Amino acid sequence: METAEAQKVIIEGLEKKKGKSKFYLKDFYAMLPDWKPREVNKLVNNMVQQEMLEYWSSGSTTLYGIKGAGKQGAAEEGEE
Amino acid sequence: MKHKTPLLDQLESGPWPSFVSDIKREAESRTKNAKGVDYQIPVDVCDDILGVLELTYVHKRTHWKHGGIVGVFGYGGGVIGRYCDQPEMFPGVAHFHTMRVNQPGGKYYSTEYLEKICDLWERRGSGITNMHGSTGDIILLGTHTPQLEEIFYELTHDIGQDLGGSGSNLRTPSDCLGKSRCEYACYDTQALCFDLTNEYQDYLHRPAFPYKFKFKFDGCPNCCVASIARADMSFIGTWKDDIRIDQKAVAAYVGGEIKPNAGAHSGRDWGAFDIQKEVIGLCPTGCMAWDGKKLTIDNPECTRCMHCINVMPRALKIGKETGISILVGAKAPILDGAQMGSLLIPFISAEPPYTEIKELIEKIWDYWMEEGKNRERLGELIKRKGFQKLLEATELEPVAQMVKEPRTNPYIFWKEDEVEGGFTRDIQEYRKYHLR
Repeated sequence: METAEAQKVIIEGLEKKKGKSKFYLKDFYAMLPDWKPREVNKLVNNMVQQEMLEYWSSGSTTLYGIKGAGKQGAAEEGEE
Repeated sequence: MKHKTPLLDQLESGPWPSFVSDIKREAESRTKNAKGVDYQIPVDVCDDILGVLELTYVHKRTHWKHGGIVGVFGYGGGVIGRYCDQPEMFPGVAHFHTMRVNQPGGKYYSTEYLEKICDLWERRGSGITNMHGSTGDIILLGTHTPQLEEIFYELTHDIGQDLGGSGSNLRTPSDCLGKSRCEYACYDTQALCFDLTNEYQDYLHRPAFPYKFKFKFDGCPNCCVASIARADMSFIGTWKDDIRIDQKAVAAYVGGEIKPNAGAHSGRDWGAFDIQKEVIGLCPTGCMAWDGKKLTIDNPECTRCMHCINVMPRALKIGKETGISILVGAKAPILDGAQMGSLLIPFISAEPPYTEIKELIEKIWDYWMEEGKNRERLGELIKRKGFQKLLEATELEPVAQMVKEPRTNPYIFWKEDEVEGGFTRDIQEYRKYHLR
């Protein structure tokens, strides 16, 4: 699968998920079962650089979400 | 002060240094601004941090929100977003983000460096620091979102300083001062720490793992950075040959000419040094003997506890054939209780370019990235799947040193291809000796 196609799979996969806006790296492994974890990791980190995704971090762990979706800045989950 | 803080004020009343007094002093200094600092975040940030903490004590609930999206471009770690949920009451701490700075090796820095870091943080942050965090980083506490890129630019361009790790990244590697000052150091901790920090920059600055991952480097088994208790991979200096004994110096300790523990306990009269009671009797494996004239050590029984060397450093020295023991899986007690590291490599040479060590690290990461659950530390994965699975992943043969408790952990699970003749038996041959 080419990079652009994989990116599309990820964005569509995230858009389908209801009720959650932030995802663990492992959730992306399941979306690209033929890819190795390191390749998926590189891909999603690149998608953050390209501003398709964004990080959310509690400080101890890091999650990913579609840029601008869900909890932003000082908001709480579920708030605009 | 801007806010009344009767509960916090009590924390200044004991005999110990108080963070409340420190923050009040900084608050006062910011208000006066005697140096004419061009503050880039609210001047009353320190007043407001005390105010929100007082309110937390009154309400007995936190007024900090959980986590955040903030960071600097290109990095997925090093900045931890924190927002206050009473921003109107405490505007100075509406944002109070933390920045983690990758501390210099062995925590050596010049006064000039510290002044630059402090000046930067006074101007663009709260002025409050934590020297150092549990992982070892320099922690800069409290700034606002628009300052993050500015601070990162100044850190990297003016101070030659990088951010450290946070979140699901490789955390800032941390080392003891090693051979730069310590005669116990069995390898160059700073060289290995520096090499791996550079090798794994991508993992340090961008999340790659199910959870945090820590490397720590101790030059000897005294473990001054406590790698054995805290690091997912601990690199602890050790030696293969015998402890070197200077019998004349042993006699000098016994005769009271040299103070034990390099005089560290001289603040009180503990009586004359008793080698039998204070050294021989405390050896955990009982591998030492003193006949009144000569000290002997049964070296194969030594577990490198370092006690005898610490007590009589002028008489006993580490061996000459030095290297590293690698332990894996230590962690603090968030889930499942605290765990000490388990020995994976009893001895490995620590010479650049550290190829074998890097190959091992990457095999462990591959295994953990594949098998680890979300927020599962390496130590928890090893516990869940068994140490044997880690040995398979790292392609290591089991050795006796890996067995922690031989009497309670006696089982070896063989695979069919490891057993001569396999598992299938000739039933006819069996029945010759055993009836149905």
